[in-house]
Amino acid sequence: MIGAFRTPSGGRIDRARPLRFSFDGRVHHGAAGDTLASALLANGVHLVGRSFKYHRRRGILGAAAEEPNALVTVTRDAARSTPNLRATQVELFQGLRADSQNRWPSLDHDASAVANLLAPLLPAGFYYKTFKFPAWAWRRLYEPAIRAAAGLGRAPAHPDPDRYAQRYAHCDVLVVGAGPAGLAAATLAAESGARVILCDEQAEMGGSLLAESAATIDGRPAQGWLAATLAALARHPRVTLLARTTAFGCFAGNMVALDERVTDHLAAPTPGLPRQRLWLVRARQVVVAAGALERPLVFPHNDRPGIMLADAARTYLMRYGVRVGRRAVVATAHDSAYDAALALHAAGVAIAAIADQRPTPGAAAERVRAAGIAVRSGCVVATTGGRQRVAWAGLMPAGGGATEPVPCDTLLICGGWTPSVHLVSQARGALRFAPETQAFVPDRPVPGQHPAGACRGVFGLAAALADGAAAGEAASRATGHGGARPWRGAVSGDTAWTGGGAPGLAPGVGAGRAFVDFQNDVTAKDVQLATREGFRAIEHVKRYTTAGMATDQGKTANLNTLGIAAAALARPMAEVGLTTFRMPYTPVPFGSLAGAARGDLLDPVRRTPLHDRAAALGAVFEDVGQWRRARFFPRSGEDMAAAVARECRAVRTGAGLFDASTLGKIEVAGPDAARFLDRFYASAVAALPTGRCRYAVLCREDGFIMDDGIIARLAADRFHVTTTTGGAARVLAMMEDYLQTEWPELEAWVTSVTEQWAVLAVQGPRARAVLAPLVDGVDLGTFVHMRMAEGRVAGAPARLMRVSFTGETGFEVNVPADFGPAVWDATLAAGQAHGLTPYGTEAMHVLRAEKGYIVVGQDTDGTVTPDDAGLGWTVGRAKADFVGRRSLARAAMAAPGRRQLVGLLTEDGMRTLEEGAQLVADPHEGPPMRVLGHVSSAYHSATLGHPIALALLTDGRARTGERLFVAMPEGAVPVRVTSPVFYDPEGARLHG
Amino acid sequence: MLLIDCPYCGPRPEIEFTYGGEAHRARPADPAALSDEEWAGYLYLRRNPKGRHAERWRHAHGCGRFFNALRDTVSDAFLATYRVNETPPPPTIGPEAAA
Repeated sequence: MIGAFRTPSGGRIDRARPLRFSFDGRVHHGAAGDTLASALLANGVHLVGRSFKYHRRRGILGAAAEEPNALVTVTRDAARSTPNLRATQVELFQGLRADSQNRWPSLDHDASAVANLLAPLLPAGFYYKTFKFPAWAWRRLYEPAIRAAAGLGRAPAHPDPDRYAQRYAHCDVLVVGAGPAGLAAATLAAESGARVILCDEQAEMGGSLLAESAATIDGRPAQGWLAATLAALARHPRVTLLARTTAFGCFAGNMVALDERVTDHLAAPTPGLPRQRLWLVRARQVVVAAGALERPLVFPHNDRPGIMLADAARTYLMRYGVRVGRRAVVATAHDSAYDAALALHAAGVAIAAIADQRPTPGAAAERVRAAGIAVRSGCVVATTGGRQRVAWAGLMPAGGGATEPVPCDTLLICGGWTPSVHLVSQARGALRFAPETQAFVPDRPVPGQHPAGACRGVFGLAAALADGAAAGEAASRATGHGGARPWRGAVSGDTAWTGGGAPGLAPGVGAGRAFVDFQNDVTAKDVQLATREGFRAIEHVKRYTTAGMATDQGKTANLNTLGIAAAALARPMAEVGLTTFRMPYTPVPFGSLAGAARGDLLDPVRRTPLHDRAAALGAVFEDVGQWRRARFFPRSGEDMAAAVARECRAVRTGAGLFDASTLGKIEVAGPDAARFLDRFYASAVAALPTGRCRYAVLCREDGFIMDDGIIARLAADRFHVTTTTGGAARVLAMMEDYLQTEWPELEAWVTSVTEQWAVLAVQGPRARAVLAPLVDGVDLGTFVHMRMAEGRVAGAPARLMRVSFTGETGFEVNVPADFGPAVWDATLAAGQAHGLTPYGTEAMHVLRAEKGYIVVGQDTDGTVTPDDAGLGWTVGRAKADFVGRRSLARAAMAAPGRRQLVGLLTEDGMRTLEEGAQLVADPHEGPPMRVLGHVSSAYHSATLGHPIALALLTDGRARTGERLFVAMPEGAVPVRVTSPVFYDPEGARLHG
Repeated sequence: MLLIDCPYCGPRPEIEFTYGGEAHRARPADPAALSDEEWAGYLYLRRNPKGRHAERWRHAHGCGRFFNALRDTVSDAFLATYRVNETPPPPTIGPEAAA
């Protein structure tokens, strides 16, 4: 019941635990220990998908991570549906539901298969050649149609309901891959005292040992040795074993990213466990024992269901107890396929023929002949036949000749083995081409990295064990450990391989329909065409043909692509070289990479101490960096415009209350605090008396405005400095930079106190009246503009400043953050009689723009000097030096043609301009039009009854009164250049 | 991810640090005495070497201190880190010595 093709015994599956699953809605049964692929094969299902471009029928090619064809969608519920999973890596569980992809209406009858008939019309570069004309058609016709046809599985429409964890870990030695080499390395490293993490992408550790039957290690059967070794490692206090964990990326400093699949294999995931866990392992040394991947042979129609890698077929038999067919033809260019043929033969699979494209097969051929299997040397597959599955293989003498169809239901192919050098290459390790194995192997080792076993071209069980042991020893020694017992590991029954296959097209066969990259549907003909069209660099061939660019990253394709390109270019493979390997080794879910950083946890949200008070009043908030700021306070029936107009009116005629807590605040203290600020800010600070404030501009060393704020002197050696909301961290870092590295002799210390203070701005002609009953210890009668004092407000200790960002009489009340809500309540209560109105950032912007007060970063853009912004008066010209002074002294900084801050009024007095819109003198001037500047701030001023705008305009101040045009979406809008101060230009209201 | 050895705190991951550009470029004591060309040189011209590069780093999410580092711009390997007031290690130091 667990599959008609299941052997009665053998393998690592548990026949006593059958598992029901469905594929494309049809119910099958497998066994515990199966993968989806092995369970499908056990039920005789080979056709599992349609190819990407031509929609050809495809079967299971491999048995592990290299699988290019068998991509399925596994669905638990509407939100838990994972597309593009390799069936060879999906562990079977009770009730698993899998579906094939890229077919409609069904896998057997796929309407898009018409593409296969059109294949001659769809060569490499088809898009580039075809969809060029007319230009408009790309966006409206071609791209939508191509997008609809492209892609494989579908992502679920719902948000991902699962949880993903992330973890940092440290170890002396990280061993990637728990095959023979990795197990030996981990064992030796642990025994010598190193802390070891051993990870493997498969559910069970052991790699090739899991399918090993003949060999013995230390006198024990290989699988017995494996069990004992794993048990010893699991007991070891310094060893962490991570199965189902793929090392998918290697980054600088031996930081290796691992993706652990925690619950994907469970029928009912344990609540509380994350679905996957991303490990970021900082390893002092890394042993890469990633093994090697078998390569297909390239010949026409090499992609029918039933055509499979030879060692994959052996793995299905030995590990999963599955016969992949009844009658097999084996085509090979390498010794390893003979092991597969012998194993399948012994299990009762008829081996119709072995076609070895080499003229003289290795010693393995003799063992096979002894078993009564026919070996044809110098023989290739020229083509295949069969509809739902391969039905015959056409054998032909290598180089050309008559083709003999040999009936079969399975064609096993082996073109040799490709070492998995991905992590080595990602770590910038150099590779070299090894002619003896026809493979790229690590050349100079990267410091801290030790490739071992098949991934560096060391094949065979005994050799891999010894190589892994040596790598484990070297790695642990590099971490200061050592003294493990020498590796013994005597191996018998190991079969030796000779030769390395021949990457590329099989000799003498055609190139059409001879697939190189199964997943992206790239044929040998496409690669040859690319070279004929002038692509000579392998990276260009790759991009033009898309060979190696699918989700499998060309694990089975890259070396064959290179072999075909090298042959077509008549250059040696070593010279043509390999494309770059990039992470991830196999696809990693976005959920795993995102971890907890989604939804509310994507980015910290900063709320002011007064946030809840504003929310209670119905404030609409806006994001300002990480801050949430109250934008306006609508009353019932009000839209934003109405609310902002009311709030502005309140400030201009009565009093408004504003939460200014997000302002950056830095306390500067020390005997040299004044000297430091004087050198740092463009404005003069040294002579500022205690109890006074000053508006100060900060320039970068290049003379352009970086920030602005208020500097208040608390004492001879202590200042309270404010910055813009967004500039707080930048300014603090710059202060630290100058204090630590340029002026270390200055005794001054800077501390961020942004979150220590709640700031309530009370602004308007009645502001003093509002505050007067609340203030203790400060005489508001003499507290004129730009004064500061410490006292009490509503009982709370306060730093009170007489400053204004509205042009009205203004106070900023700084109280310790925890007092904020209470002081807010007291102020609102005291202000009730005066119509005190809470206002938000939108009204604040309108009010400040009416006064021509700039917002750094909105009305400046990193090329604006203080003079450009109309702030020349703030610069302490008498100072010998300050940051930016030398740059401001350059002639160009005062030359004509600079953009200066001006005001703009639309002629019709109706339309509010768009921020960012361009200013021109003549809207009818043909392209390229001369742009004179741009609108930087634009609002409707309820106070003035018309829109206002600030702009940066070339020679702006000299153009006052000129008529210019602003380019708006609906056309050119005529404007008049004015002073940037629209309201109370004398500033009388500040001093009320 | 780079592992950076803060001279005050020890080795920490790269994300705790901010980069500060080329090291050993003191701000001129009297900028006003410099010609425009000299000042532009101080402001804008950097060595940008291929290989050994002395540069500033700040352990922004740690001790907050600026320090200097020698880094190989080809391999990204840190050859040494040292405090602001210390002289850079001799040029004999190389990737092999750091490994």
